[in-house]
Amino acid sequence: MTEMVYGSMPARVSEPVLPRWWRTIDKWSMTAVLALFGIGILLGLAASVPLATRNGLEPFYYVQRQAFFGGLAMLAMLGCSMLSPAMVRRLGVAGFLVAFLALAALPVFGTDFGKGAVRWFSLGFASVQPSEFLKPGFIILTAWLMAASQEVNGPPGRSLSFAIAIVITGFLALQPDFGQAMLVLFGWGVVYFVGGAPFALIAVVLALVGGAGFVAYNGSEHFARRIDGFLSPDLDPRTQLGYATNAIQEGGFFGVGVGEGQVKWSLPDAHTDFIIAVAAEEYGLILVLCIIGLYATVVVRSLLRLTHERDPFIRLSGAGLACIFGVQAMINMGVAVRLLPAKGMTLPFVSYGGSSVIAAGITVGMLLAMTRTRPQGQMSDILFQRGR
Amino acid sequence: MTRTPLRPLARILSARAAGENPDVIERENLAQRHEAMRTRTRGRAEGRLLILGFAFLAAFGLIGMRMGALATATAAEPQLASSGTEILAQRADITDRNGRILATNLMTNSLYVQPKDMVDPARVAAELAQIFPDLDAAALERRFTDGRSFMWVRKVLSPEQQQQVHEIGDPGLLFGPREMRLYPNGRLAAHVLGGASFGAEGVDSAEVIGTAGVEKALDARLRDPAQAGAPLALSIDLTVQAATQEVLEAGMKMMNAKGAAAILMDVHTGEVLSMVSLPDFDPNDRPQPLLTGDPGDSPLFNRAVQGVYELGSTFKIFAVAQAMDLGLVNPETMVDAKAPMYWGKFKINEFEGHNYGPLLSVTEVIVKSSNVGAAHIAMQIGGLRQQAFFKSLGLFDATPVELVEAPGAKPLIPSKWPEIVTITTAYGHGMSDSPMHLAAAYAAIANGGLAVKPTLLRRDAPLQAERIMSETAARAAVSMLRQVVTRGTASLGDVPGYAVGGKTGTADKPKPTGGYYKDKVVNTFASMFPTNDPKYVLIVTLDEPVETSGPKPRRTAGWTAVPVAAEIIRRTAPLLGLRPEIELGAPDGLVAVNN
Repeated sequence: MTEMVYGSMPARVSEPVLPRWWRTIDKWSMTAVLALFGIGILLGLAASVPLATRNGLEPFYYVQRQAFFGGLAMLAMLGCSMLSPAMVRRLGVAGFLVAFLALAALPVFGTDFGKGAVRWFSLGFASVQPSEFLKPGFIILTAWLMAASQEVNGPPGRSLSFAIAIVITGFLALQPDFGQAMLVLFGWGVVYFVGGAPFALIAVVLALVGGAGFVAYNGSEHFARRIDGFLSPDLDPRTQLGYATNAIQEGGFFGVGVGEGQVKWSLPDAHTDFIIAVAAEEYGLILVLCIIGLYATVVVRSLLRLTHERDPFIRLSGAGLACIFGVQAMINMGVAVRLLPAKGMTLPFVSYGGSSVIAAGITVGMLLAMTRTRPQGQMSDILFQRGR
Repeated sequence: MTRTPLRPLARILSARAAGENPDVIERENLAQRHEAMRTRTRGRAEGRLLILGFAFLAAFGLIGMRMGALATATAAEPQLASSGTEILAQRADITDRNGRILATNLMTNSLYVQPKDMVDPARVAAELAQIFPDLDAAALERRFTDGRSFMWVRKVLSPEQQQQVHEIGDPGLLFGPREMRLYPNGRLAAHVLGGASFGAEGVDSAEVIGTAGVEKALDARLRDPAQAGAPLALSIDLTVQAATQEVLEAGMKMMNAKGAAAILMDVHTGEVLSMVSLPDFDPNDRPQPLLTGDPGDSPLFNRAVQGVYELGSTFKIFAVAQAMDLGLVNPETMVDAKAPMYWGKFKINEFEGHNYGPLLSVTEVIVKSSNVGAAHIAMQIGGLRQQAFFKSLGLFDATPVELVEAPGAKPLIPSKWPEIVTITTAYGHGMSDSPMHLAAAYAAIANGGLAVKPTLLRRDAPLQAERIMSETAARAAVSMLRQVVTRGTASLGDVPGYAVGGKTGTADKPKPTGGYYKDKVVNTFASMFPTNDPKYVLIVTLDEPVETSGPKPRRTAGWTAVPVAAEIIRRTAPLLGLRPEIELGAPDGLVAVNN
């Protein structure tokens, strides 16, 4: 009684942050992401040495850089995953605004590093690719607008988010960066699809995407050459794809052995776009299947967990984040095995690249925040016979 | 002002009536509708999320399977996608008239290097230089290391060489399949076939193109994809060609000649059954053309077609045959043959200053080979008719045989035709023709007066030919040629049973500086057999022969070309299916007994 009166009973207003986080987080997905990051460092030990040699740096310079940025990315991921969905929404939308301004400023302040596309801000010690950070923010914003539009008397979220998507796509196409533009459109499409797009409209959107592809094919020589290369049945062994295919064949089941691979010396993008070829050559099909399995784990588990989610915003943003994460990995690996036309796209967490890995950390962190276990009102369903 | 309907209207109205606040009811209703809608969208989203999940699973599975398929596929030699049109290999074979192979293709390999893949250029260069002694190790190594990414080393390799290169074991050494042209008979019919070399080359194949002879003249036919695989049948008979070549080579040595040519032609069809030019070469390893000196001395030079010579007395039969055809003379007509004959400032002599005159029958003009007699007959004919006849015999134009060299070998014809040219060409001086021209012209006489177009392709039937002289005149000419052998200048040419007829020709070789050599001659024997129904014409030409068995060197065709021709006929006539017509003498004292 005394304790009751004087309040010496521990007043558990709410559970502490960390235990609750640990209790509710999707530990399998998080483990898979950590494993992917580990594999990325492991492959970087092999794949980035030629680049460091070419640039006259010490052999593992890029591994150290990647470990540093990767560490930041892991911190970002853990930090994001601890946020509440409402906080994710606020930070995501704010981040989107910053990234969008950065993207819009690219034509003025950006640099192309001699690669023919103005995608980066050079900060001296590192470079930032705003489009990488734009994607998760854009998904959050889209999910927010879509969810709001589902409310009774809600805003016209679909049209608004679609207009934003078109504007972003336009900026990305200006760089040109059709890969990121496609990802943005794809992410919007996923959110809209999960949010209840009519199937007829989906067909129309697919047709529009096809038309845009056709225009890009005819308008951009860079784009047309890649598509032509994909459609041609012959494989020129001196192209990146030729080397990549050869490397996968060389690797076989168990690879040629750690450090024994040759493809990393021939491929200029061995440490980014074609890192899966390095993995296949040195560690064989086993590691490649592991990598594919890890990505599939993250994406499919997240989507399955989201099916129980009642909050439309959480559901939509989670689905969008999981899908852009998964589709990026899918495109990267699909290109290496010639299932898809050549398109420069990094393999999240595995490829070298500071912007890429940090953005991937933020994306997955937000995703983990969305897929955390929450009370979903099952009891009220049972008690009040609602929600049937 | 937009009006939003009040829902549920009934309860709100009753609440208003009861004085309660209807907003609460409205809010509650809104919350309910909202809840219901959320439930609906959740159900729909659940299905769509499952679809997405399944799609991703399938896509990742597909990528995994594709990776597996690639990883388990056997690594193949990377093939460069060939740009442009594919190089057409597969050149048609060339056969003789009976289908025996004269030229065919052989699969072999070329050797090229990709220096970027090379592990140890210095060692590779040294070992290659050991396998191929004509390569220089230092030069090779320099070229391997100068940054190029591709280099041919050898166009064709023997299997032994390929194995040795394999054993070097460097990944930068690569082989490309090559189809090479092979002449299994070596030097046989070398001038007919010519040779072939590589044209456009790729790693996977190379184009084989003809460089000379039939290979070049009929290059389009041999490479024609529409006729791929169909061999090209020549008129050459391989056996006859071999016999001719063997005898001619021996004869050339025996007569100390520096060159020789022989043509055996079917008089009805114009098919060349054998054509030999000596010295010859191996088309598998065609020598380089001479850069200095007389191209006529190169083994590549085809004397039978390209060698235009003044063919001497062999031409006399043309004047006689034409005169008989025109009815100016008959074989017994006596013509003026008083030597020497003077025409303006020119003096026409007989051989070694003989005088067969004052009068000689036409037959004797041929048999004794009288220059003066032939000159007088030609003057009766006249220059215009003589030129027309030569033209109809084909002596004024390049021969139409299917050799790339043929169109270039034009006869040397005087630009003007004064009477002195009429006189000299009657005995074969003043205009130059090739042995192939002579063979075609003799074939026209031998077949009874029909023009002949020589060919190297098999013809199964005679062509429709133009008549250029009457059959009687042709027969009479053949009979005279037979008498040249039986009792005239070509008496060494008689082959028992084959009734050889022919005419000798000995022409002094012209000096390049003008005038004629005293001791350099071209000897020709133009023959046909069997004269009772001529089937074949054989021309044998020896370049600078000298027969030295006698007390003084002899340089007349009767002593050099004629015996060689006789031996060729003796060897080839049975091969051609001719039955010797020998009168059987009485068996010498033995009686055939039938037990």
